[in-house]
Amino acid sequence: MPLLDRTGLRDDIWVRSEDGASGAEHVIVGFAYLDAALAGNGRGRKIGVAIANDVKASALEPYLEQVELISIAFPNYGDGRGFSIAKQLRALGFKGVLRAHGPLIADQFAYALDCGFDEIDLPDSVALRQPIEQWLAMAGTISHTYQRGYGAQNILDARRAARTTV
Amino acid sequence: MYRYDEFDARFVRERVAQFRAQVARRLDGSLTEDEFKPLRLKNGVYLQLHAYMLRIAVPYGTLSSRQLRQLALIGEKFDRGYGHFTTRTNMQFNWPRLRDVPEILDLLADVEMHCIQTSGNCIRNVTADHFAGIAANEVEDPRPTAELVRQWSSLHPEFDYLPRKFKIAVTGDARDRAVVKAHDIGLRILRSKDGEVGYEVMVGGGLGRTPMIAKTIRDFLPKKDLLAYLEAILRVYNLEGRRDNKYKARVKILVHEIGAEEFARQVEEEFAKLDGPSIAADAQEVARIAAYFAPPAYETLPARSLAFEAAKNENRAFATWASVNLFPHRVPGYAAATISLKAIGEAPGDITSDQMRAVADLAERYSFDEMRITHAQNVVLPYVKKDDLFAVWEGLVAAGLATANAGLITDIIACPGLDFCSLATARSIPIAQALAHRFGDEKRQLDIGELNIKISGCINACGHHHVGHIGILGLEKSGQESYQITLGGDATETAAIGERLGPGLAADDVPDAIERIVNVYLARRTSGETFIEAVRRLGLEPFKTAFQEKTHAAA
Repeated sequence: MPLLDRTGLRDDIWVRSEDGASGAEHVIVGFAYLDAALAGNGRGRKIGVAIANDVKASALEPYLEQVELISIAFPNYGDGRGFSIAKQLRALGFKGVLRAHGPLIADQFAYALDCGFDEIDLPDSVALRQPIEQWLAMAGTISHTYQRGYGAQNILDARRAARTTV
Repeated sequence: MYRYDEFDARFVRERVAQFRAQVARRLDGSLTEDEFKPLRLKNGVYLQLHAYMLRIAVPYGTLSSRQLRQLALIGEKFDRGYGHFTTRTNMQFNWPRLRDVPEILDLLADVEMHCIQTSGNCIRNVTADHFAGIAANEVEDPRPTAELVRQWSSLHPEFDYLPRKFKIAVTGDARDRAVVKAHDIGLRILRSKDGEVGYEVMVGGGLGRTPMIAKTIRDFLPKKDLLAYLEAILRVYNLEGRRDNKYKARVKILVHEIGAEEFARQVEEEFAKLDGPSIAADAQEVARIAAYFAPPAYETLPARSLAFEAAKNENRAFATWASVNLFPHRVPGYAAATISLKAIGEAPGDITSDQMRAVADLAERYSFDEMRITHAQNVVLPYVKKDDLFAVWEGLVAAGLATANAGLITDIIACPGLDFCSLATARSIPIAQALAHRFGDEKRQLDIGELNIKISGCINACGHHHVGHIGILGLEKSGQESYQITLGGDATETAAIGERLGPGLAADDVPDAIERIVNVYLARRTSGETFIEAVRRLGLEPFKTAFQEKTHAAA
């Protein structure tokens, strides 16, 4: 599955292993196995966690300092719950990598980035039709949006800046 | 009215370019039809029965003459010379070609208009009281709030893939003319005991197959907290709203299932976590927007216009129109005039390009260049000097727009129905036309007085039938159109859902059934009692009895 971020395609150093049995250095485990993976992590592996999009951000709060990556599932591109979960995790102070996992479309890339995602783990079926150039192009089509607190340059602060410089 | 600054203008142009690229990526196969569908819907492009339909946002129903002239041009160049105003104060064109849509969007951007979020599972065009800034008892003009919400909700990164569509309406008056209680969020501007201006926040109203009246979840929200509070509501809905069944995905179902108290608790909990000042527009920005809605340069005039009184005495048709279609203005010597788009026999809400130009000219000359579109599918000239009313009326007569029926039985709300809409199960427009012919006699209409008939051609209820004094719902029953009649609905601050009178009727039987209902009112009303007041006093029974005589006669 191709992995992309705001700079382009990148290699995935993470291995998905639901129960954490993989011996990889960077492993993404299922939420149900997270406690066990963290408890048994004597040798300093990097632990990430994969969650479905009906998991509450507050349920992850105790782990935010301990996991390096949170992968949020997007079962289909029309299901926008992951955007809110990402926003909440960032508000809770999560500083690690936020990954969107599923068939998003390039037209949603800017939204994902603005809500706090770093990268998209995309199925081949979508990546074949929508190459990385489309993702990078779509990410920049709207230069300023109207919401404060969502990453992208926003019009309200731009207006404020224009007022103070005049 | 609001004018775009450089940021607004660039935003809309960028959205047009983005849509053009999306169309190209659909054509080259990058996007599947399923992936493209929500993208085109979020830009107002529907696939209807016969053709594509384009829905253009008219934010809170306010239009300038220049904008209406541009709509006239688009109607002529890309449609069949007319457009249709909807119950959410948007304009729809029913016959554009998909390949022309980007060009139409450019023409709209030229006059500070767009189609952003006029469909799709996102926050839709924000609506407001069409008498904003005019009604005497208004606490505050709702349009600065509506404009702030319009901007905030445009391409919101977090709330563009909601479980279902989401509609917000604002009123600044205790008298509700914006049907706020039938919206996902209804905002009512009010003044607290200390004199502070804020909002009553109502959530979970809606029509459709499961009609609900919105519940108040916050009695008083300070103005500065609005955007943070909306963010909290939308976040709770985005996370908790049902996605397993599109018919249960509106926020009204969530509010109903978990209860308004629990919904409010979740919203307040989320709201408490938010850093309000980092989300809110600052005071200068709020003031910047509000300044665009400052009152126009009214003249100081006597409350009574001798010219107006004389014209009424000399011309009975004008006097009738004036008695029905005018709304009292807070400024002495002025009136707001409703231009009815319900000429007897025409499709409710339709307006030709020539009529648009005529209205635009009148607004430019007599109403500070401004119009309002109403949820009842009419147009309002908001600031007419009483001295000028006769000239305005003459202009309307020339354009075929002087129908004197605002608020009367033939001022019918109707969705496009099976004549256009791919969701419809029955026709709406022909029913409206038949009723207009039946009750079109001027004397009779005036005698019946205020009576709202609202017609939907399917369960989705775009024609607001649930909140019509008389509601008509067109369904399909074993291959035949069948019309259910409801009674006692109310779209105002005393909002109520109408109740069914009995089994469905064939289209041809609807006018007789409505006439029987109206006859019960005429026979039993007390002096000065309106139709809806009589229904409340008498209850459903006498109407039901008369209605069922009809269904038996038909059977």
